Amino acid sequence: MRTWIAEWLTGLGRITLLSQEAIASCLTFKFSRRDLLYQIYFIGVKSQSVVLVTGAFTGMVLAAQTYFQFHKVKMDTATLAVVSVSMCSELGPVLTALMVAGRVGAAIAAEIGTMRVTEQIDALRTLATHPTDYLVVPRLIAANIALPMLTIESMFIGIASSYIVGVFLLGIEPTYAYWNMLKYSHNSDVMIGLIKSVVYGGIIALIGCYKGLSCNVGAEGVGRATTEAVVYASITILICNFFLTLLLEKICVILGL
Amino acid sequence: MIEVRDLKKSFGVQPILEGVGFRIENGESVVIIGRSGGGKSVLLKHIIGLLQPDAGEVWVEGENITRMNERQLLRVREKFGMVFQGAALFDSMSVAGNVAFPLERKKKYTSGEIAKRVAAALEMVDLPGTEKKNPAELSGGMRKRVGLARAIVYEPRIVLYDEPTTGLDPIVSDSIDKLIIRVRDQLKVTSIVVTHDMRSARRVGNHVLMLHEKKIYANCTPENLFASQDPVVRQFIDGVADEKPLF
Repeated sequence: MRTWIAEWLTGLGRITLLSQEAIASCLTFKFSRRDLLYQIYFIGVKSQSVVLVTGAFTGMVLAAQTYFQFHKVKMDTATLAVVSVSMCSELGPVLTALMVAGRVGAAIAAEIGTMRVTEQIDALRTLATHPTDYLVVPRLIAANIALPMLTIESMFIGIASSYIVGVFLLGIEPTYAYWNMLKYSHNSDVMIGLIKSVVYGGIIALIGCYKGLSCNVGAEGVGRATTEAVVYASITILICNFFLTLLLEKICVILGL
Repeated sequence: MIEVRDLKKSFGVQPILEGVGFRIENGESVVIIGRSGGGKSVLLKHIIGLLQPDAGEVWVEGENITRMNERQLLRVREKFGMVFQGAALFDSMSVAGNVAFPLERKKKYTSGEIAKRVAAALEMVDLPGTEKKNPAELSGGMRKRVGLARAIVYEPRIVLYDEPTTGLDPIVSDSIDKLIIRVRDQLKVTSIVVTHDMRSARRVGNHVLMLHEKKIYANCTPENLFASQDPVVRQFIDGVADEKPLF
């Protein structure tokens, strides 16, 4: 038990140091623009299909389930409002981040882990290149840029598909449903979702890079690093989501948004 | 000049080096020999700051690199080139991309200059025209030669070789040895070669350090080493294993 706590605290300390090093490196622009563009393409463009399918079906099932419950109390036209607020402030950012953590977090940990096992990280260091500048920073910035964009897509497709299911399949009155949706969804919901997605982008990239950079030697080491990157990133996202929701809602109340 | 003073290193509870010390002058060609798993590669990685010792110091050209952080070490490492045991080529890049990598990171060369230097480095390691190939398409010996081209393309003053001939047939090993000698003589670099290939040690080095029982056991010229009658040295040179019962 004591060893486990010690390891956990050591890991937490190391990832904090990695974050500090990465942020300092971001500010000095030591990364390559070409690598950054490639990472935006890999994290953003290549994740679109997964994120769109997830967003669409989540929106659809949420619309159906909300309708089934609201129909009992004759509140059918509030269905899209519930979907819209949930997609913008909770489900859009969280599900997008979880899907990207599965796809990209694993890929980052596997790639960097393999580089470590085959001494490519040591080779980088001997070639006077800091692994944080070359490997971590482009992925971190790219994830911070790509995640909000993917989240916007997820929000849009989720709400659009819930409209189609609600109006054409379940027979909700479209005008009132649309009007209620606009009435109860605020700019602050979208803002909360986007701020969350930036934070989740950072979590995915940093945990993926950290797990890759600290992976043990051998095929098992890379496998374990990959699994742990996905598991830890997903858990951190879900825990952060709870606290971010409370914090951001409070800030919105204080600012009167 | 490189000086290692009373270096100690353990991994967990396993001691690897216990008080290693030596000095290498500029332009020397030093071979570090010793048994597999004896800490030769660990020692080499301390010289370039890839590992930090538990105790002791490493001095490179008048600077103590032992307590430097990673960013300070980057400046010191510009003086070094290192060839890894498994070549450690970046598999996401072509041969040209690998060799050009250190030049592109420096951002002071035009693409034309980089291409010219890459071609010259590949010519030097007898691999002209392989720029567009992927590291996966190359044989073990070719990979090591590309690793060497990458290590010398920015003209370092010290080149470290981690088991350059391990796993290669005698003819390819011979070509790598000749390459190390050519690089040493043409570029006037200090060479440090870690090996357990005695033929290679005799040919490449003008100084031999033998690591035994976590310490430097012998520090002499190759001629003196091969003429030595010391039982430990003799056993290593002749490659005689201790007799052990099967069960």
